[in-house]
Amino acid sequence: MSALLQEMSERALRLGVPFSVQLDITYRCNEQCVHCYLDHDDHGEMTTVEIKHLLKEMAEAGVFILTLSGGEIFLRKDFFEILECARALTFCIKLKTNAVLIRETQAARLRELGVQSVQISIYSHRPEVHDAITKVKGSLRRSIQAIRFLKSQGLKVIMANVLMTENMQDYRGVRALAEELGAEYTLDPTITPKMDGDRAILDLNAGESALQNLFRDELFVGNAEEFCAPPPSSSPSDETLASLPCSAGHTACYVSPYGEFYPCVQFPLSCGNVRQQRFIDIWRNSEQLKEVRSIRLRDLSGCSACTHGSTCTRCPGLAFMEGNMRGPSTSDCEKSFARTGIPSVNLLAKKSSPSLPRLVQIQLVPAITGTRLSGVGAPA
Amino acid sequence: MGDDWIKMSKNLYIARSPRIAARMLGEEMLVMSGHDSTLFTLNPTATILWQAADGATPLEEIVERRICPHFEVNRDEAVQDAEQLAEDLAKHGILSLSEQPILVETKPPQANVDAGNVAKPIPPQPAAKPYAPVQEQPRR
Repeated sequence: MSALLQEMSERALRLGVPFSVQLDITYRCNEQCVHCYLDHDDHGEMTTVEIKHLLKEMAEAGVFILTLSGGEIFLRKDFFEILECARALTFCIKLKTNAVLIRETQAARLRELGVQSVQISIYSHRPEVHDAITKVKGSLRRSIQAIRFLKSQGLKVIMANVLMTENMQDYRGVRALAEELGAEYTLDPTITPKMDGDRAILDLNAGESALQNLFRDELFVGNAEEFCAPPPSSSPSDETLASLPCSAGHTACYVSPYGEFYPCVQFPLSCGNVRQQRFIDIWRNSEQLKEVRSIRLRDLSGCSACTHGSTCTRCPGLAFMEGNMRGPSTSDCEKSFARTGIPSVNLLAKKSSPSLPRLVQIQLVPAITGTRLSGVGAPA
Repeated sequence: MGDDWIKMSKNLYIARSPRIAARMLGEEMLVMSGHDSTLFTLNPTATILWQAADGATPLEEIVERRICPHFEVNRDEAVQDAEQLAEDLAKHGILSLSEQPILVETKPPQANVDAGNVAKPIPPQPAAKPYAPVQEQPRR
């Protein structure tokens, strides 16, 4: 995040403004990725009119960054109508797509409309691997073709590489492909449970050994010795204990295709529905959001005394999915362990209490909540 | 330069680019260039000017009607500052400049619900702080 954007985020926090929103406009998809957490059936998506109304409410509330995602956003026949409305309201628009449906015409229109970036999921530089994950033959070829169309329009493209057992060996190849195409590259070594609670896909997680190798690959982490350095031996400082867990519910939130309002796409705590309440009313008055905003590191059981407290990427949404939004996120404990070799308080407790129920193993990096905020005051 | 410059500004029109993103945040306007994703903040005076950039009103008239009555500033200095600001913003693709009226389709961005009074007694100042693009987070 740039210094100015960080400054603006902190100002938004002070003003109580929802600075960044992810809006999923559909859960339908033309790929059937083996690791996807979504239910792709349409259970009553918001209509064009409803979405336009919501966009207006969000603009009035001060939302600046609007990420349109899904599902596959280009499956909505009104996608460009929605996008035109959003741009007329001067949002900074980011798109997340598999790009399979993007051709020259669509790429040119995206440029005309001033889209800030297009993030495209690429799992491997090898068609046999990528297509096996998406279950769509030819999908890598089409996505790469789309990237070329987008780049020819001068658009910023980010190749997002989710890593799992199937493609863990290919991330260097995907990065090289990104460089060849003039795209930015980002990777995410995490798989999340399905929305319906099915955790079978967590078996696709790459595992500790693969994470250890990844965290020591200097092509990605820079100075590996520094990146994997042990945490401070002492408990978190007072300043750290007073910090916010992440931006979810503070300056960011998520709205589903059905109008459900959550702190984050990975924090399934329903705070209301924009079909029944104004966006700003939910943002300001939701009791659930108030509870999320009240949490500081000092309130977290285990984490507040953990040496990883000041460096951990703990996701409150994952903690919530494990059963306690004030508890640890085991997947992040495992990441800290893979990185430093030092177990967290939570992992030690699990080891010493084998009779306790095994926590859900989820490995996740926050998508729209990745920035650890240093402010200490909750928004009004 | 003064007289020539003033003469030129009478026929200078400014319009917001349709490819920018913008939002009021408190008393400042946050603007991102669609050209290179450079991020700017406009101070309250510059925000007024930017919001009035409809492509149809001459820059000098904007300054006379929207800036001078509300700020303790010399008219000629305000016009000169406005000209400089417009040129700066045009370099980043945020504004269009023309000696003829400019046809535009976009409406000025609305202030958010908490935006306060923007009229403060400070002189116009150019935009500041161009920074690097936003970092991305991965999609799942």
